[in-house]
Amino acid sequence: MADRMIEIADLHKSFGALHVLKGITLEVERGSAVALIGPSGSGKSTLLRCINLLETPNRGRVRVGERLMEFGAGKTRLPGDRELAAFRAQTGMVFQHFNLFPHMTALGNVMEGPVTVARMARREAESLARSLLDKVGLAGKADAYPQHLSGGQRQRVAIARALAMNPAVVLFDEVTSALDPELVGEVLAVIRQLAEEGMTMVIVTHEIAFAHEVADVVGFMSDGQIVEMGAPAKVLENPGNPRTQAFLERFHSFIGSYGQGAGGRAPG
Amino acid sequence: MHYSWDFSFLWQYRTFIAIGLGFTVLYALGTIVLGLIIGFVVGIARLGGSGDAAAEVAAPGGPNLRVLLTGRPYAAALRGLLFLYVEVFRCTPLLVQLIWFYYAFPVIVGIDIPAHVAAGMTLSLYTGAFYAEIIRGGVNSIERGQWDAARAIGMRRGQVMRRVILPQAIKRMIPPFMNQSITQLKNTSLVSTIAVSDLLYQGEIITATTYRPLEVYTAVAIIYFGVLFPLTLLAQLVEKRMAASD
Repeated sequence: MADRMIEIADLHKSFGALHVLKGITLEVERGSAVALIGPSGSGKSTLLRCINLLETPNRGRVRVGERLMEFGAGKTRLPGDRELAAFRAQTGMVFQHFNLFPHMTALGNVMEGPVTVARMARREAESLARSLLDKVGLAGKADAYPQHLSGGQRQRVAIARALAMNPAVVLFDEVTSALDPELVGEVLAVIRQLAEEGMTMVIVTHEIAFAHEVADVVGFMSDGQIVEMGAPAKVLENPGNPRTQAFLERFHSFIGSYGQGAGGRAPG
Repeated sequence: MHYSWDFSFLWQYRTFIAIGLGFTVLYALGTIVLGLIIGFVVGIARLGGSGDAAAEVAAPGGPNLRVLLTGRPYAAALRGLLFLYVEVFRCTPLLVQLIWFYYAFPVIVGIDIPAHVAAGMTLSLYTGAFYAEIIRGGVNSIERGQWDAARAIGMRRGQVMRRVILPQAIKRMIPPFMNQSITQLKNTSLVSTIAVSDLLYQGEIITATTYRPLEVYTAVAIIYFGVLFPLTLLAQLVEKRMAASD
């Protein structure tokens, strides 16, 4: 179906003897935001890293946009460097620990993809990068190096860097988990804006309240599988799966004991 | 104990000493350049060993070097050979290596090797082994997240290396590189043992004709110091600058 931006089928990933993803099927509609929640170690981040092939799946199919990759028995030929790079260029990724390039300014970080990968002229790349920094509220920090930015600012630069490649999908990997609580809001505001603009996104998060607010679909992962998936109101308020119920109960009791001011983060 | 010091006779040997110093500097610079080339090739080739860069290099679609070094029948042998090279040269004394290459190696290969070739070759291989480890360690010290971020925006492996990893890694390599290079200049004094006319060798010749070793070796020491002390100051300055820019 042409309206599906991401299609994942029967995806398996192991690290040595550890079977991390056990047959994932996931479809993401164009323009929709999918939030993945679940306990630590359930495979959320690994799934995200398989979507842009930062991890190589052991088995299964991954399609993003027009590009399809198949892995597993009988498909011994792994994609080459050029093919992988082209596949990854279609997705943007934002990481928990920002991973900005410390030897480049904020502007340089955002320009790097367009200039080095997309071969855009520097002048053009610079104006693109400046407009993206402006979009994330950091027009004034273009010449600052990452070490002189706060965590929230770094993460917003990282979002601008991901957007600079004009990706079909943006993957968010627990992007607020390493931030001080008072800096979470500014990053979530940028993601919220992207959702409103209709950016296709997959968001791995512990911010349950945020997932409820911005996601069109919420998936609950446990032990390497997506055990429940559906509208936020259904999955988060009225979960059908006992594991989802148990996870959210812990979360609600966490909120109960710390109050809403805790930022709505799930435990674990 | 009384000894009347007299350095005045050294003046007549000034050209002789200058030639020695010239050879010393030439051997140092030449073997540093050759050693760097060896070290870069070996250091990058050995990246597959361990660390974050290794994970990337070992991943599918790896660079040509990886094709060379993994998944082929001869790959393990080649990797073993590079490991052996680095460890043999790091774990045996340079003096022994020099003598071995000058006297034993020609017997094995059946070719006469002139002293200056044996000296240049041994010094280059010796310092190359240390440079290889500096380069490998520098690249491996860059966090996995840098690879992730660069790959995520669609960079190819060579681009990741050139644009993201090496600029950061080289900065970390510079202080150990400068230390090793300063040591290398002193190491060249060992070539005097196989009759290459470096600064120390010239000093020995002068001693043999004047019987004044105390003055000669004092002068030789002062010359080495005069060359290297400004360089160590420079190295410290560079190190401070780097620390400040972090």
